[in-house]
Amino acid sequence: MKVTIDQDRCVASGQCVVAAAEVFDQRDEDGVAVLLNPDPPAEQAADVRHAAVVCPALAIHIEE
Amino acid sequence: MNVIANEDGCGVLVVGASAAGLATAEALRRKGYRGGLTVLGAEPHLPYDRPPLSKQVLSGAWDPERAHLRPQAALSALDAEFVLADPAVGLDPAARTVHTASGRALRADAVVVATGLRPRTLPGQADLAGVHVLRTLDDALALRADLLASSRLVVVGEGVLGAEIAATAHGMGLEVTMAGPQPAPMTSQVGPLVAGLLAELHTERGVRLRLGAGVSRLSGHRGKVTGVCLDTGEVLPADVVVVAIGADPATGWLASSGLRTDNGLVCDSRCRAAEGIYAVGDVARWHHDRLGVSLRLENRTNAMEQADTVAANILGDDQPYRPVPYFWTDQFDARIQVHGVLPAGAEVTVTDGDLASRRFVALYRHDGRVTGVLGWNMPKQTRLRRQEVVDALPDLAPALR
Repeated sequence: MKVTIDQDRCVASGQCVVAAAEVFDQRDEDGVAVLLNPDPPAEQAADVRHAAVVCPALAIHIEE
Repeated sequence: MNVIANEDGCGVLVVGASAAGLATAEALRRKGYRGGLTVLGAEPHLPYDRPPLSKQVLSGAWDPERAHLRPQAALSALDAEFVLADPAVGLDPAARTVHTASGRALRADAVVVATGLRPRTLPGQADLAGVHVLRTLDDALALRADLLASSRLVVVGEGVLGAEIAATAHGMGLEVTMAGPQPAPMTSQVGPLVAGLLAELHTERGVRLRLGAGVSRLSGHRGKVTGVCLDTGEVLPADVVVVAIGADPATGWLASSGLRTDNGLVCDSRCRAAEGIYAVGDVARWHHDRLGVSLRLENRTNAMEQADTVAANILGDDQPYRPVPYFWTDQFDARIQVHGVLPAGAEVTVTDGDLASRRFVALYRHDGRVTGVLGWNMPKQTRLRRQEVVDALPDLAPALR
């Protein structure tokens, strides 16, 4: 699984961190999402997919 | 029910081609559903996102195409039939058949109602040129075209949408006046303290606030709007008027269906309105069984989360839908985010940052219990407080009643 974030689209909701805290974090200053691991292990895949689903800005892209 | 095993092979019909409808279709495929899938849309456009309409699309920062929810290739990969520009006009729940304006009769094993909202209008609005609502992409483009050729805008409505439009239009160089009955922008959504800060922000940037007075009527000359008349007798001159006074669930087409509508299509805790009939997004009023109340949420995150639950339940799961409500708004340089609920009369405590620097997090309490958290330009710190709202979820019910 390969994960990318479009930081220009990100609205800093933090929903991705709620869904998958091992893979996503937010910048302290403006809350924009940052990727902790662009290639998460299989056991985190479901959480990462959920993060992409609940992102209100459609800013997370996944290549399986 | 299990639609995969259904021998009719009619599959799932999603009525509504916006965020909630598309998310339901995508969730069905993601969960392994391979049967028939039809998405019926009232508008001619492929699914697009609404939050940018009052901001990036209205300002022109984004081309309209950028608001599309998915590129064409992703929609094709979904293997769903999109039937667009054909509004649903009736539903027979027993036969699970939806009738459309063009005369189609679409039968399905499961029907998902995702028809969203219809903006409220003022009396006489339809007869006057220069008066707009903002719900659809076409609405946004029509408003933008009018704003580019005008100098004075009056926004009727001081809620989230009205405040966003005011900020965007001011940024486009218009002279903007915001009118509405509440004392400050978004008072009913965020309470008087934060609404007061919003009033300061808008005033400081040059938006003229004429709040605390009802709007009695629109004035016009030769079929074109000329102003907005307030209860106080004041007339606000305008070249363009936007009416953003809220919206109602689009359930008119269900009137003869026998399904219960009460400010939304009424559903159980599984978002099911009847056997094989589900609702998702802005139109759905469902029973939040952890809170013990009936809720309807008008926000973007709800559309996606609820779609996931509905898709699972269509495929034979039995999941209650129990979200923590979340919404955000961007106005000028303020990014405001809310997790949970902010009831009227809540006690507000600043926990991070401070009001003066316009960077803060505030906890809202009702009867001493946390019900929600609001952040102003502190997104990460706000989200870190979300758990306090989650922990308090069962205690939220009294605040919601």
